[in-house]
Amino acid sequence: MAKHPGRLTGNPPSVVISSLTRGFGARTVLHGIDLEIPQGQFVALVGRSGSGKSTLLRAIAGIDHEVDGDGAISTPPRVSVVFQDSRLLPWRRVLANVLLGLPRRGPKAREAGERARAALAEVGLAGREDAWPNQLSGGEAQRAALARSLAREPDLLLADEPFGALDALTRIKMHTLLRELWERHGPTVLLVTHDVDEAVLLADRVLVLEEGRFILDLPIDLPQPRSVRDERLVAYRERLLEALGVQLDESVLEEVAS
Amino acid sequence: MADTVIQKAVIRDTVIQAPSTRSSAVDVTTRRRVRRLGPGKRIPFSRGIGPLLLIAVWSIASAAGRLDPRILPAPWSVVDTGWQLWQAGTLGPDLAISLQRAAEGFAFGLVAAVALSLLAGLSRVGAALIDGNVQINRALPILGMIPLFILWLGIGETFKISIIAIAVYIPIYINLSAALSAIDRRYVELAETLGLSRWEFLRQVVIPGALPGFFTGLRLGVTAAWLALVVVEEVNATSGLGYLMYQQASYGLIDSVVVGLAIYGIWGFTSDLIVRLIERRVLSWRSTLDG
Repeated sequence: MAKHPGRLTGNPPSVVISSLTRGFGARTVLHGIDLEIPQGQFVALVGRSGSGKSTLLRAIAGIDHEVDGDGAISTPPRVSVVFQDSRLLPWRRVLANVLLGLPRRGPKAREAGERARAALAEVGLAGREDAWPNQLSGGEAQRAALARSLAREPDLLLADEPFGALDALTRIKMHTLLRELWERHGPTVLLVTHDVDEAVLLADRVLVLEEGRFILDLPIDLPQPRSVRDERLVAYRERLLEALGVQLDESVLEEVAS
Repeated sequence: MADTVIQKAVIRDTVIQAPSTRSSAVDVTTRRRVRRLGPGKRIPFSRGIGPLLLIAVWSIASAAGRLDPRILPAPWSVVDTGWQLWQAGTLGPDLAISLQRAAEGFAFGLVAAVALSLLAGLSRVGAALIDGNVQINRALPILGMIPLFILWLGIGETFKISIIAIAVYIPIYINLSAALSAIDRRYVELAETLGLSRWEFLRQVVIPGALPGFFTGLRLGVTAAWLALVVVEEVNATSGLGYLMYQQASYGLIDSVVVGLAIYGIWGFTSDLIVRLIERRVLSWRSTLDG
Protein backbone atom coordinates (compact mmCIF):
# COMPACT_ATOMS: atom_id res chain seq x y z
CA MET A 1 0.00 0.00 0.00
CA ALA A 2 2.61 2.51 1.05
CA LYS A 3 4.80 2.25 -2.02
CA HIS A 4 6.08 5.75 -1.83
CA PRO A 5 8.77 6.65 0.71
CA GLY A 6 6.77 9.76 1.58
CA ARG A 7 4.19 7.62 3.21
CA LEU A 8 6.69 6.25 5.70
CA THR A 9 7.01 8.15 8.91
CA GLY A 10 10.40 9.11 10.22
CA ASN A 11 11.73 10.65 7.02
CA PRO A 12 14.00 13.60 7.75
CA PRO A 13 12.16 16.93 7.45
CA SER A 14 12.28 18.68 4.12
CA VAL A 15 10.62 21.90 5.21
CA VAL A 16 10.93 23.33 8.70
CA ILE A 17 9.10 26.50 9.64
CA SER A 18 9.26 28.01 13.10
CA SER A 19 7.29 30.91 14.55
CA LEU A 20 6.68 32.41 11.13
CA THR A 21 4.91 35.75 11.19
CA ARG A 22 3.90 37.73 8.14
CA GLY A 23 1.84 40.86 7.83
CA PHE A 24 0.94 43.77 5.61
CA GLY A 25 1.23 46.97 7.63
CA ALA A 26 -0.98 46.71 10.68
CA ARG A 27 -2.72 43.55 9.45
CA THR A 28 -1.05 40.31 10.56
CA VAL A 29 -1.69 37.49 8.12
CA LEU A 30 0.34 34.66 9.64
CA HIS A 31 0.55 34.38 13.44
CA GLY A 32 3.71 32.53 14.46
CA ILE A 33 3.29 29.38 12.42
CA ASP A 34 5.27 26.18 13.13
CA LEU A 35 5.36 23.42 10.54
CA GLU A 36 7.48 20.43 9.67
CA ILE A 37 7.05 18.49 6.43
CA PRO A 38 8.93 15.19 6.07
CA GLN A 39 10.77 14.52 2.82
CA GLY A 40 8.55 13.25 0.05
CA GLN A 41 5.25 14.01 1.77
CA PHE A 42 2.34 15.34 -0.27
CA VAL A 43 0.70 18.06 1.78
CA ALA A 44 -2.39 20.02 0.85
CA LEU A 45 -3.01 23.39 2.46
CA VAL A 46 -6.62 24.49 2.47
CA GLY A 47 -8.29 27.56 3.83
CA ARG A 48 -10.80 30.18 2.90
CA SER A 49 -9.68 33.14 0.82
CA GLY A 50 -7.79 35.53 3.03
CA SER A 51 -6.74 32.80 5.45
CA GLY A 52 -3.08 33.37 4.58
CA LYS A 53 -2.38 30.25 2.53
CA SER A 54 -0.88 32.06 -0.43
CA THR A 55 1.12 34.28 1.92
CA LEU A 56 2.58 31.14 3.53
CA LEU A 57 3.43 29.58 0.17
CA ARG A 58 5.05 32.78 -1.07
CA ALA A 59 7.06 32.99 2.14
CA ILE A 60 8.33 29.44 1.66
CA ALA A 61 9.11 30.22 -1.99
CA GLY A 62 11.03 33.31 -0.85
CA ILE A 63 9.21 35.70 -3.15
CA ASP A 64 7.64 37.90 -0.47
CA HIS A 65 10.29 40.63 -0.38
CA GLU A 66 7.88 43.46 0.33
CA VAL A 67 6.14 41.70 3.22
CA ASP A 68 7.01 42.41 6.87
CA GLY A 69 7.69 39.38 9.00
CA ASP A 70 9.70 37.27 11.33
CA GLY A 71 10.54 33.63 11.91
CA ALA A 72 12.68 30.97 10.29
CA ILE A 73 12.12 28.86 7.18
CA SER A 74 14.38 26.09 6.02
CA THR A 75 13.81 24.46 2.65
CA PRO A 76 15.79 22.07 0.46
CA PRO A 77 18.06 23.68 -2.15
CA ARG A 78 15.94 22.92 -5.21
CA VAL A 79 12.47 24.43 -4.99
CA SER A 80 10.02 24.77 -7.88
CA VAL A 81 6.85 26.81 -7.89
CA VAL A 82 3.72 26.25 -9.98
CA PHE A 83 1.40 29.25 -10.02
CA GLN A 84 -2.32 29.50 -10.67
CA ASP A 85 -1.60 30.94 -14.10
CA SER A 86 0.88 28.98 -16.19
CA ARG A 87 3.16 32.03 -16.31
CA LEU A 88 4.79 30.96 -19.54
CA LEU A 89 6.74 33.76 -21.19
CA PRO A 90 4.66 34.52 -24.31
CA TRP A 91 7.78 35.49 -26.29
CA ARG A 92 9.53 32.15 -25.79
CA ARG A 93 8.50 28.86 -27.38
CA VAL A 94 7.36 26.05 -25.10
CA LEU A 95 10.72 24.27 -24.93
CA ALA A 96 12.56 27.52 -24.22
CA ASN A 97 10.10 28.21 -21.42
CA VAL A 98 10.80 24.81 -19.85
CA LEU A 99 14.54 25.45 -20.23
CA LEU A 100 14.40 28.83 -18.46
CA GLY A 101 17.10 29.03 -15.82
CA LEU A 102 18.67 25.69 -16.80
CA PRO A 103 22.24 25.61 -18.12
CA ARG A 104 22.29 26.69 -21.76
CA ARG A 105 25.99 26.32 -22.44
CA GLY A 106 28.73 23.98 -21.42
CA PRO A 107 28.60 20.27 -20.71
CA LYS A 108 25.37 20.43 -18.73
CA ALA A 109 23.36 22.14 -21.48
CA ARG A 110 22.77 18.97 -23.44
CA GLU A 111 21.58 17.07 -20.40
CA ALA A 112 19.25 19.97 -19.50
CA GLY A 113 17.80 19.91 -23.00
CA GLU A 114 17.11 16.21 -22.75
CA ARG A 115 15.56 16.65 -19.34
CA ALA A 116 13.29 19.42 -20.62
CA ARG A 117 12.11 17.31 -23.56
CA ALA A 118 11.54 14.36 -21.26
CA ALA A 119 9.52 16.53 -18.87
CA LEU A 120 7.36 17.78 -21.75
CA ALA A 121 6.80 14.21 -22.92
CA GLU A 122 5.84 13.20 -19.39
CA VAL A 123 3.09 15.79 -19.23
CA GLY A 124 1.87 14.74 -22.68
CA LEU A 125 3.27 17.68 -24.64
CA ALA A 126 5.76 15.80 -26.81
CA GLY A 127 5.70 17.38 -30.25
CA ARG A 128 4.61 20.78 -28.93
CA GLU A 129 8.15 21.96 -28.08
CA ASP A 130 8.13 24.58 -30.82
CA ALA A 131 4.62 25.92 -30.16
CA TRP A 132 4.12 29.45 -28.84
CA PRO A 133 2.41 29.63 -25.43
CA ASN A 134 -0.60 31.44 -26.88
CA GLN A 135 -1.23 28.43 -29.11
CA LEU A 136 -1.77 26.19 -26.08
CA SER A 137 -5.07 25.56 -24.32
CA GLY A 138 -5.38 26.41 -20.63
CA GLY A 139 -4.75 22.81 -19.61
CA GLU A 140 -1.78 22.44 -21.96
CA ALA A 141 -0.25 25.66 -20.68
CA GLN A 142 -0.55 24.45 -17.11
CA ARG A 143 1.01 21.12 -18.08
CA ALA A 144 3.88 23.02 -19.68
CA ALA A 145 4.28 24.93 -16.41
CA LEU A 146 4.37 21.61 -14.58
CA ALA A 147 7.04 20.36 -17.00
CA ARG A 148 9.04 23.53 -16.34
CA SER A 149 9.08 22.83 -12.62
CA LEU A 150 9.81 19.10 -13.09
CA ALA A 151 12.74 19.72 -15.41
CA ARG A 152 14.72 21.24 -12.58
CA GLU A 153 14.24 18.07 -10.50
CA PRO A 154 12.91 19.82 -7.42
CA ASP A 155 13.17 18.48 -3.89
CA LEU A 156 10.21 20.65 -2.99
CA LEU A 157 7.32 21.51 -5.28
CA LEU A 158 5.16 24.44 -4.22
CA ALA A 159 1.87 24.76 -6.06
CA ASP A 160 -0.42 27.76 -5.55
CA GLU A 161 -3.91 26.69 -6.67
CA PRO A 162 -2.42 25.28 -9.87
CA PHE A 163 -5.71 23.93 -11.18
CA GLY A 164 -7.94 26.76 -10.00
CA ALA A 165 -8.41 28.26 -13.45
CA LEU A 166 -9.04 24.99 -15.29
CA ASP A 167 -12.35 23.44 -16.26
CA ALA A 168 -13.60 20.44 -14.26
CA LEU A 169 -12.65 17.77 -16.82
CA THR A 170 -9.14 19.10 -17.33
CA ARG A 171 -8.75 19.37 -13.58
CA ILE A 172 -9.49 15.65 -13.08
CA LYS A 173 -6.83 14.77 -15.66
CA MET A 174 -4.35 17.12 -14.01
CA HIS A 175 -4.98 15.50 -10.60
CA THR A 176 -4.03 12.10 -11.99
CA LEU A 177 -1.01 13.58 -13.72
CA LEU A 178 0.26 15.38 -10.64
CA ARG A 179 -0.15 12.31 -8.49
CA GLU A 180 1.71 10.16 -11.06
CA LEU A 181 4.54 12.64 -11.36
CA TRP A 182 4.85 12.77 -7.59
CA GLU A 183 5.01 8.99 -7.34
CA ARG A 184 7.69 8.83 -10.02
CA HIS A 185 9.90 11.69 -8.86
CA GLY A 186 9.11 11.83 -5.15
CA PRO A 187 9.47 15.54 -4.31
CA THR A 188 7.94 16.99 -1.21
CA VAL A 189 4.75 18.72 -2.35
CA LEU A 190 2.88 21.60 -0.79
CA LEU A 191 -0.34 22.17 -2.70
CA VAL A 192 -2.37 25.24 -1.82
CA THR A 193 -5.99 24.83 -2.79
CA HIS A 194 -9.46 26.01 -1.88
CA ASP A 195 -10.90 22.75 -3.18
CA VAL A 196 -11.44 20.29 -0.33
CA ASP A 197 -12.08 17.39 -2.75
CA GLU A 198 -8.79 18.05 -4.49
CA ALA A 199 -6.98 18.06 -1.14
CA VAL A 200 -8.50 14.77 0.03
CA LEU A 201 -8.00 13.05 -3.31
CA LEU A 202 -4.34 13.92 -3.67
CA ALA A 203 -2.66 14.54 -0.33
CA ASP A 204 -1.18 12.41 2.45
CA ARG A 205 -1.88 15.18 4.87
CA VAL A 206 -4.19 18.16 4.83
CA LEU A 207 -3.54 21.35 6.78
CA VAL A 208 -6.34 23.81 7.41
CA LEU A 209 -5.35 27.43 7.82
CA GLU A 210 -7.73 29.88 9.43
CA GLU A 211 -6.87 33.50 10.09
CA GLY A 212 -3.17 32.78 10.00
CA ARG A 213 -3.12 29.75 12.27
CA PHE A 214 -3.37 26.02 11.62
CA ILE A 215 -6.64 24.77 13.05
CA LEU A 216 -6.38 21.20 11.75
CA ASP A 217 -3.56 18.86 10.71
CA LEU A 218 -5.25 15.82 9.23
CA PRO A 219 -3.35 12.78 7.89
CA ILE A 220 -5.29 11.10 5.08
CA ASP A 221 -4.67 7.41 5.44
CA LEU A 222 -6.21 6.08 2.25
CA PRO A 223 -4.63 4.06 -0.56
CA GLN A 224 -4.24 5.54 -4.04
CA PRO A 225 -6.00 5.78 -6.43
CA ARG A 226 -8.81 7.30 -4.46
CA SER A 227 -12.40 7.82 -5.49
CA VAL A 228 -14.69 10.66 -4.45
CA ARG A 229 -17.36 8.02 -3.85
CA ASP A 230 -15.28 6.18 -1.24
CA GLU A 231 -17.10 6.51 2.09
CA ARG A 232 -13.89 6.96 4.05
CA LEU A 233 -12.96 9.80 1.75
CA VAL A 234 -16.36 11.35 2.23
CA ALA A 235 -15.79 11.21 5.97
CA TYR A 236 -12.45 13.07 5.65
CA ARG A 237 -14.13 15.58 3.43
CA GLU A 238 -16.88 16.28 5.96
CA ARG A 239 -14.30 16.77 8.71
CA LEU A 240 -12.44 19.30 6.63
CA LEU A 241 -15.58 21.15 5.64
CA GLU A 242 -16.59 21.27 9.27
CA ALA A 243 -13.20 22.71 10.20
CA LEU A 244 -13.65 25.31 7.47
CA GLY A 245 -17.02 26.20 8.97
CA VAL A 246 -19.08 25.09 5.98
CA GLN A 247 -22.52 23.89 7.05
CA LEU A 248 -23.83 21.14 4.83
CA ASP A 249 -26.75 20.13 7.02
CA GLU A 250 -29.95 20.72 5.08
CA SER A 251 -31.94 21.64 8.17
CA VAL A 252 -29.55 24.53 8.71
CA LEU A 253 -30.05 25.70 5.14
CA GLU A 254 -33.80 25.59 5.65
CA GLU A 255 -33.51 27.58 8.85
CA VAL A 256 -31.56 30.22 7.01
CA ALA A 257 -34.10 30.31 4.23
CA SER A 258 -37.12 30.70 6.51
CA MET B 1 -61.76 36.23 -27.56
CA ALA B 2 -63.05 33.72 -30.07
CA ASP B 3 -61.93 36.00 -32.92
CA THR B 4 -58.36 36.14 -31.81
CA VAL B 5 -58.23 32.38 -31.46
CA ILE B 6 -59.44 31.99 -35.03
CA GLN B 7 -56.90 34.51 -36.29
CA LYS B 8 -54.08 32.67 -34.61
CA ALA B 9 -55.22 29.43 -36.14
CA VAL B 10 -55.26 31.03 -39.59
CA ILE B 11 -51.80 32.44 -39.16
CA ARG B 12 -50.47 29.10 -38.05
CA ASP B 13 -52.13 27.56 -41.08
CA THR B 14 -50.37 29.85 -43.53
CA VAL B 15 -47.05 29.13 -41.93
CA ILE B 16 -47.54 25.42 -42.32
CA GLN B 17 -48.58 25.81 -45.96
CA ALA B 18 -45.76 28.16 -46.81
CA PRO B 19 -43.57 27.04 -49.73
CA SER B 20 -40.30 25.31 -48.98
CA THR B 21 -38.17 28.29 -50.07
CA ARG B 22 -39.54 30.16 -47.14
CA SER B 23 -38.28 27.68 -44.59
CA SER B 24 -34.76 27.96 -45.93
CA ALA B 25 -35.00 31.72 -45.65
CA VAL B 26 -35.97 31.26 -42.02
CA ASP B 27 -32.91 29.07 -41.51
CA VAL B 28 -30.60 31.82 -42.71
CA THR B 29 -32.13 34.51 -40.55
CA THR B 30 -32.26 32.39 -37.42
CA ARG B 31 -28.59 31.47 -37.64
CA ARG B 32 -26.83 33.69 -35.14
CA ARG B 33 -24.65 36.17 -36.94
CA VAL B 34 -21.53 37.19 -35.03
CA ARG B 35 -20.43 40.69 -35.72
CA ARG B 36 -16.78 40.74 -36.62
CA LEU B 37 -14.94 43.35 -34.59
CA GLY B 38 -11.38 42.80 -35.82
CA PRO B 39 -10.34 44.51 -39.07
CA GLY B 40 -10.35 41.23 -41.02
CA LYS B 41 -7.81 39.67 -43.34
CA ARG B 42 -4.59 41.46 -44.13
CA ILE B 43 -4.48 43.13 -47.56
CA PRO B 44 -1.12 42.45 -49.22
CA PHE B 45 1.07 45.56 -49.68
CA SER B 46 -1.71 47.59 -48.08
CA ARG B 47 0.72 50.19 -46.73
CA GLY B 48 1.56 51.22 -50.30
CA ILE B 49 -2.01 51.65 -51.46
CA GLY B 50 -2.63 55.03 -49.80
CA PRO B 51 0.51 56.75 -51.16
CA LEU B 52 -0.03 55.25 -54.63
CA LEU B 53 -3.59 56.53 -54.66
CA LEU B 54 -2.37 59.98 -53.62
CA ILE B 55 0.12 60.05 -56.50
CA ALA B 56 -2.59 58.88 -58.91
CA VAL B 57 -4.94 61.71 -57.87
CA TRP B 58 -2.09 64.18 -58.13
CA SER B 59 -1.22 62.93 -61.66
CA ILE B 60 -4.82 63.06 -62.85
CA ALA B 61 -5.34 66.55 -61.47
CA SER B 62 -2.12 67.77 -63.14
CA ALA B 63 -2.90 66.11 -66.47
CA ALA B 64 -6.40 67.59 -66.46
CA GLY B 65 -4.91 71.02 -65.90
CA ARG B 66 -6.64 71.46 -62.58
CA LEU B 67 -3.36 72.02 -60.73
CA ASP B 68 -1.48 75.25 -61.35
CA PRO B 69 2.20 74.16 -61.80
CA ARG B 70 3.20 77.29 -59.85
CA ILE B 71 1.32 75.89 -56.85
CA LEU B 72 2.21 72.22 -57.28
CA PRO B 73 4.12 70.92 -60.32
CA ALA B 74 3.07 67.68 -61.98
CA PRO B 75 4.64 64.43 -60.74
CA TRP B 76 6.49 63.87 -64.02
CA SER B 77 8.05 67.32 -63.97
CA VAL B 78 9.19 66.64 -60.39
CA VAL B 79 10.79 63.36 -61.51
CA ASP B 80 12.33 65.17 -64.48
CA THR B 81 13.77 67.93 -62.29
CA GLY B 82 15.10 65.32 -59.88
CA TRP B 83 16.84 63.53 -62.73
CA GLN B 84 18.34 66.77 -64.03
CA LEU B 85 19.62 67.70 -60.56
CA TRP B 86 21.13 64.25 -60.23
CA GLN B 87 22.81 64.48 -63.64
CA ALA B 88 24.13 67.94 -62.88
CA GLY B 89 25.83 66.40 -59.85
CA THR B 90 24.09 68.66 -57.33
CA LEU B 91 21.69 66.13 -55.85
CA GLY B 92 23.98 63.13 -55.28
CA PRO B 93 26.50 64.61 -52.82
CA ASP B 94 23.76 66.47 -50.92
CA LEU B 95 21.75 63.26 -50.56
CA ALA B 96 24.81 61.40 -49.33
CA ILE B 97 25.65 63.97 -46.69
CA SER B 98 22.02 64.15 -45.51
CA LEU B 99 21.77 60.38 -45.22
CA GLN B 100 25.01 60.26 -43.29
CA ARG B 101 23.84 62.94 -40.86
CA ALA B 102 20.51 61.20 -40.29
CA ALA B 103 22.17 57.82 -39.81
CA GLU B 104 24.79 59.11 -37.36
CA GLY B 105 22.32 61.14 -35.38
CA PHE B 106 19.94 58.22 -35.28
CA ALA B 107 22.64 55.81 -34.13
CA PHE B 108 23.76 58.10 -31.29
CA GLY B 109 20.16 58.78 -30.26
CA LEU B 110 19.32 55.09 -30.27
CA VAL B 111 22.31 54.09 -28.15
CA ALA B 112 21.67 56.91 -25.68
CA ALA B 113 17.97 56.07 -25.43
CA VAL B 114 18.57 52.37 -24.79
CA ALA B 115 21.29 53.00 -22.23
CA LEU B 116 19.34 55.69 -20.36
CA SER B 117 16.05 53.82 -20.30
CA LEU B 118 17.71 50.60 -19.10
CA LEU B 119 19.39 52.56 -16.30
CA ALA B 120 16.19 54.40 -15.40
CA GLY B 121 13.91 51.41 -15.83
CA LEU B 122 15.89 48.85 -13.90
CA SER B 123 17.18 50.77 -10.90
CA ARG B 124 15.48 53.17 -8.55
CA VAL B 125 18.62 55.34 -8.34
CA GLY B 126 18.81 55.49 -12.13
CA ALA B 127 15.18 56.54 -12.36
CA ALA B 128 15.70 59.24 -9.73
CA LEU B 129 18.68 60.70 -11.59
CA ILE B 130 17.59 60.32 -15.21
CA ASP B 131 13.86 60.31 -15.68
CA GLY B 132 13.05 63.84 -14.51
CA ASN B 133 15.78 65.33 -16.65
CA VAL B 134 14.58 63.55 -19.77
CA GLN B 135 11.04 64.77 -19.13
CA ILE B 136 12.38 68.36 -18.99
CA ASN B 137 14.46 67.80 -22.12
CA ARG B 138 11.36 66.50 -23.84
CA ALA B 139 9.52 69.74 -23.15
CA LEU B 140 12.25 71.89 -24.76
CA PRO B 141 11.61 72.64 -28.43
CA ILE B 142 14.40 71.56 -30.77
CA LEU B 143 14.32 74.91 -32.60
CA GLY B 144 14.85 76.70 -29.30
CA MET B 145 17.92 74.63 -28.53
CA ILE B 146 19.62 75.31 -31.86
CA PRO B 147 21.16 78.74 -30.99
CA LEU B 148 22.64 77.34 -27.79
CA PHE B 149 24.06 74.30 -29.55
CA ILE B 150 25.59 76.51 -32.23
CA LEU B 151 27.28 78.53 -29.47
CA TRP B 152 28.58 75.36 -27.84
CA LEU B 153 29.51 73.27 -30.86
CA GLY B 154 29.78 75.68 -33.78
CA ILE B 155 27.88 75.16 -37.00
CA GLY B 156 29.71 72.02 -38.08
CA GLU B 157 28.55 68.42 -38.28
CA THR B 158 28.76 67.83 -34.51
CA PHE B 159 26.01 70.33 -33.88
CA LYS B 160 23.75 68.84 -36.55
CA ILE B 161 24.25 65.27 -35.42
CA SER B 162 23.68 66.28 -31.77
CA ILE B 163 20.36 67.91 -32.61
CA ILE B 164 19.22 64.84 -34.58
CA ALA B 165 20.34 62.53 -31.76
CA ILE B 166 18.29 64.53 -29.25
CA ALA B 167 15.23 64.39 -31.47
CA VAL B 168 15.68 60.61 -31.81
CA TYR B 169 16.46 59.62 -28.24
CA ILE B 170 13.41 61.24 -26.62
CA PRO B 171 10.62 59.17 -28.21
CA ILE B 172 12.65 55.96 -27.92
CA TYR B 173 13.43 56.67 -24.26
CA ILE B 174 9.81 57.51 -23.41
CA ASN B 175 8.38 54.38 -25.00
CA LEU B 176 11.12 52.00 -23.94
CA SER B 177 11.18 53.10 -20.32
CA ALA B 178 7.37 52.92 -20.17
CA ALA B 179 7.57 49.36 -21.53
CA LEU B 180 10.30 48.46 -19.03
CA SER B 181 8.33 49.71 -16.06
CA ALA B 182 5.20 47.93 -17.32
CA ILE B 183 6.83 44.48 -17.22
CA ASP B 184 4.49 42.15 -15.42
CA ARG B 185 5.48 41.55 -11.78
CA ARG B 186 4.36 37.97 -12.19
CA TYR B 187 7.23 37.35 -14.60
CA VAL B 188 9.65 38.91 -12.14
CA GLU B 189 8.40 36.46 -9.50
CA LEU B 190 8.74 33.59 -11.94
CA ALA B 191 12.31 34.58 -12.74
CA GLU B 192 13.07 34.66 -9.01
CA THR B 193 11.64 31.20 -8.38
CA LEU B 194 13.58 29.83 -11.36
CA GLY B 195 16.77 31.31 -9.94
CA LEU B 196 17.63 33.35 -13.04
CA SER B 197 20.77 35.45 -12.84
CA ARG B 198 20.40 39.20 -13.38
CA TRP B 199 21.73 38.86 -16.90
CA GLU B 200 19.41 35.94 -17.74
CA PHE B 201 16.50 37.91 -16.30
CA LEU B 202 17.36 40.81 -18.62
CA ARG B 203 17.82 38.54 -21.62
CA GLN B 204 14.81 36.29 -21.15
CA VAL B 205 12.25 38.52 -19.49
CA VAL B 206 13.00 42.24 -19.55
CA ILE B 207 14.29 42.78 -23.07
CA PRO B 208 11.77 40.61 -24.94
CA GLY B 209 8.98 41.95 -22.75
CA ALA B 210 9.91 45.55 -23.53
CA LEU B 211 10.42 45.02 -27.27
CA PRO B 212 6.88 46.01 -28.36
CA GLY B 213 7.30 49.39 -26.63
CA PHE B 214 10.80 49.72 -28.03
CA PHE B 215 9.54 49.30 -31.58
CA THR B 216 6.87 51.96 -31.08
CA GLY B 217 9.63 54.28 -29.90
CA LEU B 218 11.89 53.25 -32.75
CA ARG B 219 9.32 54.16 -35.40
CA LEU B 220 8.77 57.55 -33.81
CA GLY B 221 12.53 57.98 -33.50
CA VAL B 222 13.13 57.24 -37.19
CA THR B 223 10.56 59.85 -38.20
CA ALA B 224 12.05 62.31 -35.70
CA ALA B 225 15.47 61.84 -37.33
CA TRP B 226 14.17 62.99 -40.73
CA LEU B 227 12.29 65.94 -39.23
CA ALA B 228 15.33 67.10 -37.29
CA LEU B 229 17.45 66.68 -40.41
CA VAL B 230 15.32 69.17 -42.35
CA VAL B 231 15.44 71.63 -39.47
CA VAL B 232 19.23 71.60 -39.04
CA GLU B 233 19.85 71.70 -42.78
CA GLU B 234 17.55 74.61 -43.45
CA VAL B 235 18.67 76.73 -40.52
CA ASN B 236 22.40 76.64 -40.93
CA ALA B 237 24.01 74.52 -43.55
CA THR B 238 26.13 74.68 -46.67
CA SER B 239 25.32 71.20 -47.88
CA GLY B 240 22.64 68.56 -47.65
CA LEU B 241 19.18 68.06 -49.06
CA GLY B 242 17.56 70.70 -46.84
CA TYR B 243 20.19 73.24 -47.88
CA LEU B 244 19.59 72.40 -51.53
CA MET B 245 15.83 72.87 -51.15
CA TYR B 246 16.29 76.13 -49.32
CA GLN B 247 18.67 77.44 -51.96
CA GLN B 248 16.44 76.43 -54.86
CA ALA B 249 13.39 77.91 -53.17
CA SER B 250 15.11 81.27 -52.92
CA TYR B 251 15.42 81.18 -56.75
CA GLY B 252 11.74 80.35 -56.98
CA LEU B 253 12.43 76.84 -58.28
CA ILE B 254 9.40 75.17 -56.83
CA ASP B 255 10.00 71.89 -58.74
CA SER B 256 13.27 71.36 -56.89
CA VAL B 257 11.59 72.03 -53.54
CA VAL B 258 9.03 69.33 -54.33
CA VAL B 259 11.87 66.99 -55.34
CA GLY B 260 13.38 67.48 -51.89
CA LEU B 261 10.07 66.94 -50.15
CA ALA B 262 9.41 63.81 -52.20
CA ILE B 263 12.81 62.41 -51.24
CA TYR B 264 12.12 63.08 -47.54
CA GLY B 265 8.77 61.36 -47.96
CA ILE B 266 10.31 58.32 -49.63
CA TRP B 267 12.98 58.09 -46.95
CA GLY B 268 10.46 58.34 -44.14
CA PHE B 269 8.12 55.81 -45.71
CA THR B 270 10.91 53.35 -46.47
CA SER B 271 12.53 53.56 -43.07
CA ASP B 272 9.19 53.06 -41.35
CA LEU B 273 8.56 50.07 -43.58
CA ILE B 274 11.92 48.55 -42.65
CA VAL B 275 11.25 49.02 -38.93
CA ARG B 276 7.81 47.45 -39.35
CA LEU B 277 9.25 44.45 -41.17
CA ILE B 278 11.85 43.91 -38.44
CA GLU B 279 9.14 44.37 -35.81
CA ARG B 280 6.91 41.77 -37.41
CA ARG B 281 9.72 39.25 -37.54
CA VAL B 282 10.93 39.87 -34.01
CA LEU B 283 7.48 39.99 -32.44
CA SER B 284 6.07 37.03 -34.34
CA TRP B 285 4.90 35.51 -31.03
CA ARG B 286 2.20 38.12 -30.71
CA SER B 287 -1.29 37.52 -31.98
CA THR B 288 -2.82 40.94 -32.30
CA LEU B 289 -5.20 42.69 -34.67
CA ASP B 290 -2.20 43.38 -36.84
CA GLY B 291 -2.10 39.60 -37.46
